[in-house]
Amino acid sequence: MKNRLPLSKKIKEALIHGGFLVNAVLVILVLLGIFVLLIWTSLPAFEQIPLKEFLFSSNWNPTSYVRESYGMLSMLVSSLLVTLGAMIFAVPISIGAAAFISDLASNRVREIAKPVVEILASIPSVVIGFIGITLIGPSIAKVFDLPDGLNAVNGSILLGIMAMPTIISLTEDALKSVPKSYTEASLALGATKWQTIIRVRIPAASSGIIAATMLGMGRAIGETMTVLMATGCAGAMPNSLFDSVKTMTSVIAIELGEVAYGTAHYYALFVVGLALFLITFAVNLAAEIIFNKKQKR
Amino acid sequence: MKIDINRIKEKIGFMILTACLLLVVLIIIVIFTNILINGYSVINIDFLIKSPTQGMTEGGIMPAIIGTFLVTIITAIFSIPLGMGCAIYLNEYAKQNWFTRLIRISIRNLAGVPSIVYGLFGVVLFVQLMNIGTSVLASGLTLSLMTLPMTITASEEALKNIPMSFREGALALGATKWQAISTNVIPYAIPGMLTGTILGLSRAAGETAPLLFTGVAFYLPYLPKGVFDQFMALPYHLYIMATQHHSIMEVRPIAYGTAMVLVALVFMMNLGAIILRYRLRKNRKE
Amino acid sequence: MIKDPVIEVIDFNFYYGDKRALTDVNVKIEKNSVTGIIGPSGCGKSTFLRSINLMNNLILGARYEGKIMLDGENIIHKDVDVVELRRKVGMVFQKSNPFPKSIFENVAYGLRINGIKNKDLISRRIEESLKGAALWEEVKDRLNASAFDLSGGQQQRLCIARALAVEPDILLMDEPASALDPTATIKIEELIQELKKKYTIIIVTHNMQQAARVSDYTAFFMMGKLIEYNRTNLMFTNPEFKITEDYITGRFG
Repeated sequence: MKNRLPLSKKIKEALIHGGFLVNAVLVILVLLGIFVLLIWTSLPAFEQIPLKEFLFSSNWNPTSYVRESYGMLSMLVSSLLVTLGAMIFAVPISIGAAAFISDLASNRVREIAKPVVEILASIPSVVIGFIGITLIGPSIAKVFDLPDGLNAVNGSILLGIMAMPTIISLTEDALKSVPKSYTEASLALGATKWQTIIRVRIPAASSGIIAATMLGMGRAIGETMTVLMATGCAGAMPNSLFDSVKTMTSVIAIELGEVAYGTAHYYALFVVGLALFLITFAVNLAAEIIFNKKQKR
Repeated sequence: MKIDINRIKEKIGFMILTACLLLVVLIIIVIFTNILINGYSVINIDFLIKSPTQGMTEGGIMPAIIGTFLVTIITAIFSIPLGMGCAIYLNEYAKQNWFTRLIRISIRNLAGVPSIVYGLFGVVLFVQLMNIGTSVLASGLTLSLMTLPMTITASEEALKNIPMSFREGALALGATKWQAISTNVIPYAIPGMLTGTILGLSRAAGETAPLLFTGVAFYLPYLPKGVFDQFMALPYHLYIMATQHHSIMEVRPIAYGTAMVLVALVFMMNLGAIILRYRLRKNRKE
Repeated sequence: MIKDPVIEVIDFNFYYGDKRALTDVNVKIEKNSVTGIIGPSGCGKSTFLRSINLMNNLILGARYEGKIMLDGENIIHKDVDVVELRRKVGMVFQKSNPFPKSIFENVAYGLRINGIKNKDLISRRIEESLKGAALWEEVKDRLNASAFDLSGGQQQRLCIARALAVEPDILLMDEPASALDPTATIKIEELIQELKKKYTIIIVTHNMQQAARVSDYTAFFMMGKLIEYNRTNLMFTNPEFKITEDYITGRFG
């Protein structure tokens, strides 16, 4: 029968389809693999160190001669402090910049502004960290009369700068997708353009903006090189934004290179990595849920 | 008068919004001029083609440049086919079901995994389990996984831009699905795919954290002879020069020079992507 | 009425997911004739056309019931070779869709994917096809020019030539002139008259006058059902049903 599909061709097409499928499954495997390997390498740590110590002790001193301790609390607080500081100034500026690009800028300005913001995203984190050491640190020291400017504020400023492109471009998308009818209705009621932006457009885009902020936050928590270079890396619990801090990422970056394979310290660093993974995962998932809710509405 | 107050408020509001964008632009300008002014005087031919000497207080950064090129090429070798393949599956074959959603969720979450966590994963999987050892190959593999989400997203975007009529037209002439995709979709999507991929690779070239434990070295007296050797890399070299060197202030100029070369490299890759896109588009029209 | 059918559609139903788009269609298509399919928007006429070469397979959740017999074989069968089928049943789309290649490569595409490598054969076929589509005289000196340099009407004739190159028996046309100006439309209509000597043509059209001008038989669809099917001259002068008359006299649609 002529019209029946030849087996060879059918097999070939199925093989190609299957090949691409396997390729796509790889993505799931990588994510799963990261999770599983982190757990697998973390587990031996819990044989020697109680989970309670990890979570509730603020003393991280794996190389102590007296008693090694593995409390993650102070580095966790440090990570959150630096990230929070970053968001406090990055979010308003980013929303403002995004609102300018989407609502005020002429087409020509917009077409220049967008790639310029992208350029900021392309600067390597180690270069930003270097700027923190050479430029922002000394400025902070001078302004606040400190011995050096390598502290949480410095890290916050740098992380804020790095989070801006993400927040700006996603906020701009969110503003763009606000229905035109909302804007027109507000303008028709005699509201000024400014009132419309503040009272109608930004609130209508709020879930998108929140999702953008969360994604920017996820980036900031996980950022390594900038905080490693610019926050001074003191291990104690920070008391203020002007204290030197050591974040979770810094701890891993500094210590994994020096630690002997298979020791409690080695496994403990993977516990830190696992915690970091779970935190960013949760933040990203939350962003996604908020974002999807918006789309359904 | 009420209207006037509103007008004034609007003026001030617009000024604030404008200031926000100008601040962002200012930050970029400050970063670039700082690096350009301080780095410019350091860079000369010797700086680019010589190895560090005198305990890295003199000489050039050639091994770091070579190392970064090498690790980026390895990253490209793994991440381009895998990323494009995944994008082809998602855009051409995948049905709307839970499985496809799972893949998409995985991609988005992979994009959010911190680079240092990729580093940890690379240590366990590539360096230890696969027994590759700390090497440029292990670093490249780690970076390729890290760039995968970006490659996939960019490639899928490029495939989406190919009109449905290209596929339908081919299928209606009796092309098999793969014939239609391979002859009438992928060739036109390649420029877009490459553009996005190069942008992803430029990120990889500037990354440090994933290299830290997978193969990058403080200083090597020789260049890597193969993919199983350790290597020096520009971003790591900058980190060392900025924070780890025994006389930091003395090597600050070298650090600035390294920063400038790194920024220039990343920039050239970005520019290359844009030019490539422009060229290929023009060719297609002719 | 039909003496020599090439296509026989028997109790045919089509679903998009749960939604039934075509209901119990029964129709025979006469060989070497032009069959026009008319009906209001969303009546299922395009769906019906795209069932004949199984292009609806591309739609998620597409499902067929019943039979479409082509050369004595039912094509509604999961093992059918859609590739072979589409080679036999060519298609011209509503919006001309030349590929971003040269004129030559557009027409050669169908030959190349069928593994034909002989350059003389390809050149000969391209000339025949372009002549068949009444385009040869206009493009013979610039076969390597981009297909996008052609006018809208020329592009559509190029798409016809592209379909002819693989030597189909049947040609499906989905409102082929709807995006063209009157002059280009007349050219396409003349071409259809020429083509029916060699091919069986099924054409979906929105334009009643066009159906009356070009088709030998007309099928009137409404809400997924085939309401009336007859010789065109009979249907347009003496429709059997009131609703057909209302439609062709322009009272709705």
